[in-house]
Amino acid sequence: MSGDRITKALLFISSLTILLLSTGIVISLFGGAIPAFREFGLGFIFSSAWNPTAGNEEYGAMSFIAGTVITSLLALIICIPMAFTTSLFIAEYYRGTRTSGILRSLIDLLAGIPSIVYGFWGFYALRPLLVSTGLSDQGFGVFTASLVLAIMIVPYATSLSAEIISMVPAELKEAAYSLGATRREVIFSVVIPSARSGIIASFILALGRALGETMAVTMLIGNANVIPKGLFAPGNTMASVIANQFGEASGLKMSALIAVGLLLFLITALVNYLGKLIIKRFA
Amino acid sequence: MNNTPQSDPVLDIRNLFIAYEPERYAVKDVSASVKRNRITAIMGPSGCGKSTLLRAMNRLHELYPNIQTKGDILLEGQSIFSMSVIELRRRVGMVFQRPNPFPNMTIYENVVAGFSLNDIRLKKNQRDEIVENALRNVALWDEVKESLFRKGTFLSGGQQQRLCVARAIAFNPDVLLLDEPTSALDPVATSKIEDLLGELKKKYTLVLVTHNMSQAARISDESMFMYLGELVESGPTGTLFTTPKDPRTEAYLTGKFG
Ligand SMILES: Nc1ncnc2c1ncn2[C@@H]1O[C@H](COP(=O)(O)OP(=O)(O)O)[C@@H](O)[C@H]1O
Ligand SMILES: [Mg+2]
Repeated sequence: MSGDRITKALLFISSLTILLLSTGIVISLFGGAIPAFREFGLGFIFSSAWNPTAGNEEYGAMSFIAGTVITSLLALIICIPMAFTTSLFIAEYYRGTRTSGILRSLIDLLAGIPSIVYGFWGFYALRPLLVSTGLSDQGFGVFTASLVLAIMIVPYATSLSAEIISMVPAELKEAAYSLGATRREVIFSVVIPSARSGIIASFILALGRALGETMAVTMLIGNANVIPKGLFAPGNTMASVIANQFGEASGLKMSALIAVGLLLFLITALVNYLGKLIIKRFA
Repeated sequence: MNNTPQSDPVLDIRNLFIAYEPERYAVKDVSASVKRNRITAIMGPSGCGKSTLLRAMNRLHELYPNIQTKGDILLEGQSIFSMSVIELRRRVGMVFQRPNPFPNMTIYENVVAGFSLNDIRLKKNQRDEIVENALRNVALWDEVKESLFRKGTFLSGGQQQRLCVARAIAFNPDVLLLDEPTSALDPVATSKIEDLLGELKKKYTLVLVTHNMSQAARISDESMFMYLGELVESGPTGTLFTTPKDPRTEAYLTGKFG
């Protein structure tokens, strides 16, 4: 066999492995979720019950769906102004300068910090701060989790939108400058409008990240299996209820957790697909 | 300021040096002048510094902090480096190699982009008039008057380039800089632009970068020949083409390089 054909065969086998792996994951998720859906029907999605008492077992995903959606959206809202302004600064205002280079490396550094470290920082630094404001008794809850989540997705959203902003063709900006436009006018009338859909997509992808984030959220959200009653009240997310309870789960409870995982997978896949779709249209 | 006699140069370039990297000059000690209501062609092989010289005339190099400029350029006798860059760019418009209408704007908005970008508010009838005049001046009005509110990027390449000329002249500049404006266009669109430039010189002073010698010969009144960053020779186009003084000019004109 020629080297070319060996390479081709190897590449084919590894691509096939990946394909089989991902189908396998999806199939086992569906398979594992079947008992829960058979027991509770589609009501599983909309019920916020979570009662593991033997004989009275009842499970529903709504508390966690609510927890996940609320913390992620709140994180996104906090993230947008930070990431948007930083990416403009890096990719346009200070483009090509040393300052922008340093900032870019710092952002990459932030993106590389493991989420458990963010969780720890939130636990030891942020939580006491919240307690001292008197807004929350113990500092656990939706707001604390969202704040740390926001800090975690800012680097990702920033580097994605900086990438998009730096793709705005120089000739377009030069055309605007040649008409006597100032920097501010070029940014607001040419750069942002041309990059708009790409910037929106970066934030959708960042949202996708936030939806699936587990460790840091588990450490801060309070792990109460209820729909959060307020910004500073505890709750739980889909990822974090799985992380907390899979260890001692079996039978119907295990199936309910797998079903939560399946729903999380579907929501995240949908959000990521949307983000990629917009990016593709932009490029 | 505009009461200078007709024969005075509109632009006067004095000992201009431009470097993209320290001590490596892409334009070396260029001195030249640009006459009023003429088309001045800048010729030379690719990479000789034509665009670099042209882009100095509206201080576009200042967008890139690493580029160094030495020397001076006078516009109507006043150093361009002593004016506000915004005023300078309104008086010295530019058209680029590849047509670049703003993709987020309609044809109409593109023509008045110079005003909207500068936050200059006009009444609707003033705007309409500017748009119609500018588009008529570039012979585009009849082709687009029914689709003024469609995106400029829907037009053909040649139409887009004429739209870009319209956008540049909507402000009524003194000088129009054109950097190989036809190099991305087919022959029919090219000849339309060339005809247009012949008309525009009645109102404006044009500086045209081209690596197409026959284009320079066809439409320019004055020519400059650049080689390796230096201005080798300049003068009336007829004289430069028939009796070049420098052997390098002659070599270029006879197709020995470039
Ligand atoms: N942005 C840039 N950075 C570094 N060097 C450049 C840049 N633009 C042009 N140059 C160099 O400057 C010289 C002149 O380029 P240019 O003015 O674009 O030539 P022309 O327009 O005559 O083809 C070339 O050697 C080119 O490689
Ligand atoms: Mg060039």
